[in-house]
Amino acid sequence: MIPLAYHRASSADEAIHLAGAPGARLLGGGTNLIDLMRKGVEQVSDLVDVTALSSSIEESDDGGLMIGAAARNSAVAAHPLVRSRYPLLSRAILAGASAQIRNMATVGGNLMQRTRCVYFNDAAGSRCNKRAPGSGCDARGGFNRYHAILGASPHCVATNPSDMSVALAALDARIHVSSASGTRIIALGDFHRLPGERPDIETVLEPSEIITAIEIPPSAVAANSTYRKVRDRASYAFALVSVAAGLTLRDGVVEDVRIGFGGVAPKPWRALRAEAALRGQPATESAFMAAAATELADAVPLSGNGFKIDLAQRTLAAVLTELSGDRR
Amino acid sequence: MAIRINGAEVQAPGDARVSLLDFLREHLHLTGTKVGCNQGACGACTVIIDGERVLSCLTLAAQADGRSVTTIEGLSADGALNPLQVAFIEHDGFQCGYCTPGQICAATAMLQEIERGMPSYVTADLAAERATLTAQEIRERMSGNLCRCGAHNGIVEAIMQVATERAA
Ligand SMILES: Cc1cc2nc3c(=O)[nH]c(=O)nc-3n(C[C@H](O)[C@H](O)[C@H](O)COP(=O)(O)OP(=O)(O)OC[C@H]3O[C@@H](n4cnc5c(N)ncnc54)[C@H](O)[C@@H]3O)c2cc1C
Ligand code: FES
Ligand code: FES
Repeated sequence: MIPLAYHRASSADEAIHLAGAPGARLLGGGTNLIDLMRKGVEQVSDLVDVTALSSSIEESDDGGLMIGAAARNSAVAAHPLVRSRYPLLSRAILAGASAQIRNMATVGGNLMQRTRCVYFNDAAGSRCNKRAPGSGCDARGGFNRYHAILGASPHCVATNPSDMSVALAALDARIHVSSASGTRIIALGDFHRLPGERPDIETVLEPSEIITAIEIPPSAVAANSTYRKVRDRASYAFALVSVAAGLTLRDGVVEDVRIGFGGVAPKPWRALRAEAALRGQPATESAFMAAAATELADAVPLSGNGFKIDLAQRTLAAVLTELSGDRR
Repeated sequence: MAIRINGAEVQAPGDARVSLLDFLREHLHLTGTKVGCNQGACGACTVIIDGERVLSCLTLAAQADGRSVTTIEGLSADGALNPLQVAFIEHDGFQCGYCTPGQICAATAMLQEIERGMPSYVTADLAAERATLTAQEIRERMSGNLCRCGAHNGIVEAIMQVATERAA
């Protein structure tokens, strides 16, 4: 039984100071952290509630958006500017979890949420290199339907479960972080790490740093965008495969395109190869399928998830076809 | 500070580990709120904090300090059933009743979300000021509340009836 202290930070500086204590952790909505503490995956002595820090959602000077890390997921999804300018972000958030959880979850907590790999979450009975480095991985030879086909390592095949982050990856979002020594900005694509030999280190965020805001640059291609999530039941389930995409066409030819995949990799997967393959190509289903195949060329299936390669390819082609609409 | 629970001020527990769910049930004996999975996966523990539906199993009582919590016990006055509760009975929106308090709390807040213009994953037009309430919309918006007895069809009908009556 670990005694627990609860603090409510009223400023970023106070949060940084309080979170510096050994055993201290930041608390957003708690929808992931409290569950993991109860399961014995996370050991915490001090919780620093950061939900009173900035939750504002405002247009930035360059016409993009600045979202405070304490903004609730539902508030972001419902915001008029997000709905009109970044529909893929609104839809990605709305595709995640349930209304109750979206009301609780913060943007900062969503970015930092940990994998749903059942072996990671089973502290008592399973081996997991992410939870206990060097102990082994029970997922590789076990139930790995939800696991990665891209970016995994011999040490870890877990996926990042966030829907929101897939849309943010496609949008080139930037994460604003603060520590006692100052502030810095991290591109979303650089924020989450691939597992390599250290699956326990999931992001480049230092233990002394906190996320204060997410900045989304203005994006013309986001105006025609969406998010599609394929899962084992119609709602309230994690993605097998998901696609966030934005597309602009000129005379039936792809002018600009942004693509993110979810459910297939240890991090929100920006499909830069597929994007490069598509620019300047005719907006046809065969071109979409070929671009997806280029992105998935390095995919490595596990015993239980080979279907994801075809599923990812077809889902991307279907989403881009939908976005082509009658503009083709 | 204190937690306002169904209108009454209550001192938050001294032990920060106590969940709002355990605080309601074990400390205050408000047993209407139910324990299902205790890990965010079923919705049985749904309560309303400052107007928003949330899961009390993943909320620490300490997080609710200074806020206003409404449980199923606070949704009707003097033992009289509210229109949603009546509609659940009329449409067979339950069998064993275990998920029902969570369903009613969730539906209560969901109807307000729709009035505020909250979209859902199945809302076709995100720019629309208000989503048209279809059975599909209700299913998506209520997907955070599971029912082991499979009373979902009745639940959707009950909510639809109340929403239609309110709009009239
Ligand atoms: C049943 C269930 C189903 C779910 N389904 C989905 C789904 O389909 N799709 C999906 O995307 N998600 C899903 N989720 C996960 C959910 O989206 C996350 O739990 C949530 O976004 C986490 O946000 P939070 O604010 O509650 O984080 P918390 O649990 O409070 O914190 C999570 C982590 O973030 C850290 N943190 C919090 N704030 C900051 C900050 N400002 N700076 C640095 N670190 C910080 C915490 O220390 C902790 O390590 C589901 C969750 C549950 C329980
Ligand atoms: S008991 Fe809270 S969601 Fe199941
Ligand atoms: S009525 Fe029995 S669980 Fe829903």
